[in-house]
Amino acid sequence: MDWKSTIRIAYIGLKTKKSRTFMTMLGIIIGIASVIIIISVGSGAQSLILNQVKSMGSNLIGVMPGASEEAGPPPSAMGIVETSLKGADMDSLLENNNVPNAVAVTYENRGVGTLQWRENKYDGTFIGTTASYPEVHDFEVGRGRFFNKDEEKDLARVVVLGADVAQELFGNNDPLNQNIKIKKEEFRVVGVIVKRGTVTFQNQDSLVFIPSSTCQKIMLGIDYVSLGRVKIDVEENTKQAVEDIKRVLRERHSLDKDEPDDFSVRAQTQAIEIFSSITDSLTYFLAAIAAISLLVGGIGIMNIMLVAVVERTREVGLRKALGAKNRNILSQFLAESVVVTLSGGVVGVIFGVIFSFLVSVVARQLGYEWDFVISYVAIFLSCAISILIGLVFGVYPARKAAKLNPIEALRYE
Amino acid sequence: MEKTLIKTVHLCKDYDNDGVITKVLHQVDLEIKSGEFVAIMGPSGSGKSTLMHILGFLERLSCGQYFFDGQDSSKLTDDELAVIRNEKVGFIFQSFNLLPKTSVYDNVRLPLLYDDKKRIKNHNDAIKEAIMAVGLYHRIGNLSNQLSGGEKQRVAIARALVTRPEVIFADEPTGNLDSKSGKLVMEILQDLNEKGKTIVLVTHEKYTAEHARRIIKVVDGSISDDFEVKQRLLAKEENDLIK
Repeated sequence: MDWKSTIRIAYIGLKTKKSRTFMTMLGIIIGIASVIIIISVGSGAQSLILNQVKSMGSNLIGVMPGASEEAGPPPSAMGIVETSLKGADMDSLLENNNVPNAVAVTYENRGVGTLQWRENKYDGTFIGTTASYPEVHDFEVGRGRFFNKDEEKDLARVVVLGADVAQELFGNNDPLNQNIKIKKEEFRVVGVIVKRGTVTFQNQDSLVFIPSSTCQKIMLGIDYVSLGRVKIDVEENTKQAVEDIKRVLRERHSLDKDEPDDFSVRAQTQAIEIFSSITDSLTYFLAAIAAISLLVGGIGIMNIMLVAVVERTREVGLRKALGAKNRNILSQFLAESVVVTLSGGVVGVIFGVIFSFLVSVVARQLGYEWDFVISYVAIFLSCAISILIGLVFGVYPARKAAKLNPIEALRYE
Repeated sequence: MEKTLIKTVHLCKDYDNDGVITKVLHQVDLEIKSGEFVAIMGPSGSGKSTLMHILGFLERLSCGQYFFDGQDSSKLTDDELAVIRNEKVGFIFQSFNLLPKTSVYDNVRLPLLYDDKKRIKNHNDAIKEAIMAVGLYHRIGNLSNQLSGGEKQRVAIARALVTRPEVIFADEPTGNLDSKSGKLVMEILQDLNEKGKTIVLVTHEKYTAEHARRIIKVVDGSISDDFEVKQRLLAKEENDLIK
C-alpha cells in the first residue's frame, strides 16, 4: 500500500470522529504553541535585555575593585565593599599612553539622599563622577553644562540634574543656577540633562551628578571609587585594552606575579555574552517545561489510539481478511497518530506565532524595545517533534492492532 | 476435467482455551474443484464456519494438510497468507462488514489497497466493473450507511469480486437479509458461478444450501455427508416469480 493511500485512510479514519480528533490534537496544539511562545517571547526578552546593555555602548570596559572569577559577578555586585580602586588608578590609564586604545576614562561613586529645592523634595541617587562622564557614556547635557575638570579639582559644589529630577524639584521654574540641597549640603545647579530613558535597567533621568572629589570627600567620606569605565576606540581592540588596563593596574598596585588581581576588568561585550547565555538558558529551561505538556499530549494520543484500536477491531479484522499485512495495519494506525500530532503541531505553531506577535505588539506599545523573533529552527523542530510524538506514542496501539488475529477481530462485538 | 482447487487431508482444528483443548474439526478430507458451487451445511457449533475460515486462510489448521491450487498452505507465513487472501479468495460475511460512512466505491476499493503487486492494472475500471456486476452502479457514490441490508451485501459481493479471486467464500450471506434480498444475493452468486467462479457457501439453512450444486454436511467437526444437489433451486426463477 502506497503512502498516499495510507495517509488518505488515516484522514478518513480521523474524519469520522471529528470532535475526538480535535480534542486529541488539543494537547499537542497547546504544547507546541507554548514552546513556540516561550522561545519567541524569550528571544524578545533577550533582545530587550541586550539592547539595554548595548545601549551603553559596546566599546566600554568596566573596572571594578576586588577580584572576581572571569564569568562570575564582581564583589560589588554581591554587596561587598572593596576599596582597592582609586580615582588616580583610573586617571593613570590615560597617562603616558598606558592604554593606547583608551579614548576616555571615568569613574564613579554612588549615594542616595533627599534632594530639596525650597519645599520640593525628591529621594534620588547622586553620582560622584568625572567631567568626562558624558563623553564616556555618549550623551549631551541639554541645558546648561556638565561640571568641568577645574570644578572637579576644587571640590566644587555643583550639580547636574537628570530630566525627571529637574521636573520634580523645579516644575516650570528654571533650575539653572538655583541652589539645591543634597542631604544637607548645598549645590548649585549648572546643567540639566536631556531625557535619556532607561539604560542598563536604570532610569537615567532620576540621577544627579556631582564632581567625584566632592562626592568622595564631602558626601561619602571615602577615597576609593566603586566603578570605573574606559571608553576605547573600537570594539575590536577590547581584548588588547583589557590586557593593558590589567597590566597598568597591577603595576600601580605593586602586585607580584603570583598575586591575584585586586580588581576586575569586564568588557561590555563580555556582559552581553553573559546576559545572552543567562537568557538562553532561561528560555530553554522554560521551553523544556512547556515540552512536558507535549509528553502529556502524547500520552493522551496513545490513550485515544488504544480506544480507537478497540473500537475498530472489526475493521482491522476485515482489512486483514481482505489482504492487509501486519505492516499495513501498523502503518495505518501510525499514520493516523502522526496525522493528528503533525496537524496539532502545525496549528500549534500558527497559534504560537500569532500569540508571540501580539506579545511583541503589546510590549512595543508599552515602550519596550521588543523584537518579534520567530526561530525557524523552533518551527522546524516543533513539526519534527510532533511527528516523533505521533510515532512514539502511536507505535504501541498500532502494534496492538497489527497483531490482532483476523478472525478474532472479525468476531469482536 | 476441472482442476482441484481445494484439497484437505485429515485436516483438524483444536482450540486451546487456558489449557482446555476443544476439538472443533477432525479428520476432514475434502476436495473442491474449480468452478464448483459448494454449500457447507451444518447446525450451529458443527464447525462449518471454522472450516470455511481455514479454507479461506483466516485461520491456521492444527494438523493435517490443506492444499490450495496444489500448494501446501500449512507452512506459509502470515504475510504470505495475507497475499493469498488478497489475490486468490474473496469473502462475503453475514454482517456485511462494510466500512462505516464510506462510499460504495471506497468500500469496493478496499482490497485493491493491498494489491502490492499491482495485479489488477486499472483499479478504477475493476471497481466499476465489480459494482456493475452486482447492479449497484447507480449507488456508487452513496455512503454505506445510506444503503439497505440487501444493497450492503451486494457491495460486499462487489468487494469480494474486485480482485478477481479464484474462489468466493460466503459465510451465511443471506442470514441478515429479508427473503427478497436474500434471493437476489443468491441469484448474483449463482450467476457468478455460471460464469466460472468457484463459490463456497456456509449456511445452516437447507433452503439456502439447495441453491448450490453440491452440499457438504458437517456434524460435530466431521463431514457426515457430501452429495450433488439433484434439483437445484434457481434464485433467478424465484425472483421472477416474486416480480
